[in-house]
Amino acid sequence: MSLLIALRTINDEMRRKIKEISGQDISKCFQCGTCSASCPMEEHLQAPPRRIMTLIQFGQSEALDLLNTPWVCASCHNCMVRCPRGIDITRVMEAIRLLRLRQNINQVEPSNLQPEEVVDLPQIAMVSGFRKMTS
Amino acid sequence: MSKRPSVGSTGEDQIFRRPSAGGAAEAPVEEIEVRMIPIYIMGKRYEVPETLTIMKAMEYAGFQYIRGCGCRGGVCGACATVYRKPGDYKIYTGLACQTVVEPEMYLTQLPFYPANRAIYEFNELTGKPEEVHALYPELFRCVACNACSKVCPMDVEVMDYIAAVKRGDLKAASEISFDCIQCGLCASRCMGELPQYHIGQLVRRINGAYLTPRAEHLATMVANIEAGRYKECLDKVKGLDADTLRNIYQERELEPAVAGEDWTPKSNECL
Amino acid sequence: MKLGYYPGCTLKTKAKNLEDSALASLEVLGIEATELERWNCCGAVYSLADDDLIHIVAPVRDLIRAQQQGYDTVITLCSMCYNTLARANELMKNDEEKRNTLNDFMDEEPDYFGDVKVVHFLNFLEDEVGWDKVKEAVKVPLNGLKVAPYYGCTLLRPKEVGIDHPDNPVMFHKFLNALGAEAVDFDSATECCSAYQSLAHPDIALKVSYDILQDATNKGADALALACPLCDYNLGRKQGKMLEMFESANEVPIYYFTHLMAVAFGVPIDRNHFELNRESSVELLKLKNLLSEVPA
Ligand code: SF4
Ligand code: SF4
Ligand code: SF4
Ligand code: SF4
Ligand code: FES
Repeated sequence: MSLLIALRTINDEMRRKIKEISGQDISKCFQCGTCSASCPMEEHLQAPPRRIMTLIQFGQSEALDLLNTPWVCASCHNCMVRCPRGIDITRVMEAIRLLRLRQNINQVEPSNLQPEEVVDLPQIAMVSGFRKMTS
Repeated sequence: MSKRPSVGSTGEDQIFRRPSAGGAAEAPVEEIEVRMIPIYIMGKRYEVPETLTIMKAMEYAGFQYIRGCGCRGGVCGACATVYRKPGDYKIYTGLACQTVVEPEMYLTQLPFYPANRAIYEFNELTGKPEEVHALYPELFRCVACNACSKVCPMDVEVMDYIAAVKRGDLKAASEISFDCIQCGLCASRCMGELPQYHIGQLVRRINGAYLTPRAEHLATMVANIEAGRYKECLDKVKGLDADTLRNIYQERELEPAVAGEDWTPKSNECL
Repeated sequence: MKLGYYPGCTLKTKAKNLEDSALASLEVLGIEATELERWNCCGAVYSLADDDLIHIVAPVRDLIRAQQQGYDTVITLCSMCYNTLARANELMKNDEEKRNTLNDFMDEEPDYFGDVKVVHFLNFLEDEVGWDKVKEAVKVPLNGLKVAPYYGCTLLRPKEVGIDHPDNPVMFHKFLNALGAEAVDFDSATECCSAYQSLAHPDIALKVSYDILQDATNKGADALALACPLCDYNLGRKQGKMLEMFESANEVPIYYFTHLMAVAFGVPIDRNHFELNRESSVELLKLKNLLSEVPA
């Protein structure tokens, strides 16, 4: 993925909101990649957490919108406990999710779930999945 | 210190006339003194007698119930009403047919609130909680905000019955939701966009059909009927003329108001 | 200490085996933990946004219920419930501003200041019962059983509520050793099973969980012990699907840690509700001669 980083492609509002929602200072990230190396979902991500941090640093909201990373993140907190800069990346992922969910856009549609799936899944999967994926 | 403006004495006392029993045009009119109070129906001010229920006050103010009113007895849930009082942030609710007006209340009736009702073939259900979960997966979106219980005009602990359904205790859910009259106010306030009252109704149906033990005496009774146990009695009654029938009815033996468990009528010929 | 027990929704249905084996084991240890009379779903995941307090209402409400019923300590079994309740409690203890907002919002409930202690079952065993006492209660030592202790995420992270060190935990090892079983180290012990992704991305969840099981068996484990009903779903109940999808997949018996305790304590087998596990769980115990009676 190539990025055009110019003043006009920098979405300052997105940076501000993510900081506000997550309470994390993303500019502290020095791109060590520890988070990516710690992420159990890494092989399934379109971009690893380190790269997500770059995209936020450069205010690249359009690029960010296209990536599955926050939606495949399992909130496992591995990245968070290991980041040498003390950034709670798990909260950053949540903030990215909330930016979309708060526009009333669901990532999982409860009404479209197959009955067999619901019968099969434990309640905590439903509750936590809906909390992370529905608005 | 309260920001609330004082309320109460705004309405002037008036004479409220109503025809006395009998109702003929020239019949004497019974006069009762009633205080008039201002209320706001959908934002518009009306002066109404302070003793009326919201429903009667609305009729007094000129609204006509063609629909949106049902039993007038507090059981059908068609007259759910939402109101606020001046200077008070809280939402209040009540059934229009049961709740007496208060001075300066701002109200609207909410006869219906759209809520997703799942389609199911009841006889195909078996009473497992997962079946309810599959029909209403959105129930897992409940955040325990308790807005539903706070708004319920029947004081049903709505949040608690949803919690019980989540954990699969349909019996508890059925008992907690028992007083629900399907007014829909809970659904109107739900953060998780749940149709609580439809879920409660399904659960009560399941409880009745699958979780509650069958009444054995009922089966015996049905078998007796089918075997013709009461045919003779019925045929006898069917052959009687109206006067005899009336007499029998009026002279029938009544169960005393305070009767023991084992009370039986003197003649058990037709039992 | 007045001990209340918070079960969580799943422990009342699909993870009845976790609840019942734990309660049976507590009985053996002579400990009384009474289920809260009134409780609601804790929300399963803790809110991770600074401006999202509504999702902290549910766990706080449960803690208020515990306090109302006079409990100073609440014990939990499900890892997700533990994590959510413990974090909400920390917030109510330490963040005055958010505490006030939450208390104001729940104006129908008494105010709460984080005074109830939230304790995971394993911490309770270590701190209040002691491993020696657990050892004493063992009737059927799990000799020869090689178990991979799987912690997953929510028991360990974040540190503030972790039951042990986030990267090098030993709690489960101590537990297994007390029961006479052998704990098998494996790298994935603290990795995530993909949690709720089984709802959104079931294929990814299957692969991630499969890798964890492979790691455990490659290190020589006979079985895997875990604490969370969602882990159990991903790693246990989905094994049929794994066998279909991955050529080198093997059946790996899965236990809740409480299963192993109940078996070692010689608790009647039906309290383990093995019908909620795959058959391999009972098979292995039979093979190792650890079951005195066969379940009905
Ligand atoms: S671990 Fe922390 S500092 Fe390193 S790349 Fe990730 S966010 Fe940046
Ligand atoms: S919290 Fe999300 S991004 Fe971080 S390591 Fe876990 S799955 Fe990866
Ligand atoms: S539970 Fe809901 S529908 Fe039923 S009476 Fe209460 S508010 Fe109305
Ligand atoms: S209003 Fe909805 S979200 Fe709130 S407690 Fe009731 S059912 Fe749950
Ligand atoms: S009209 Fe039926 S409840 Fe009021």
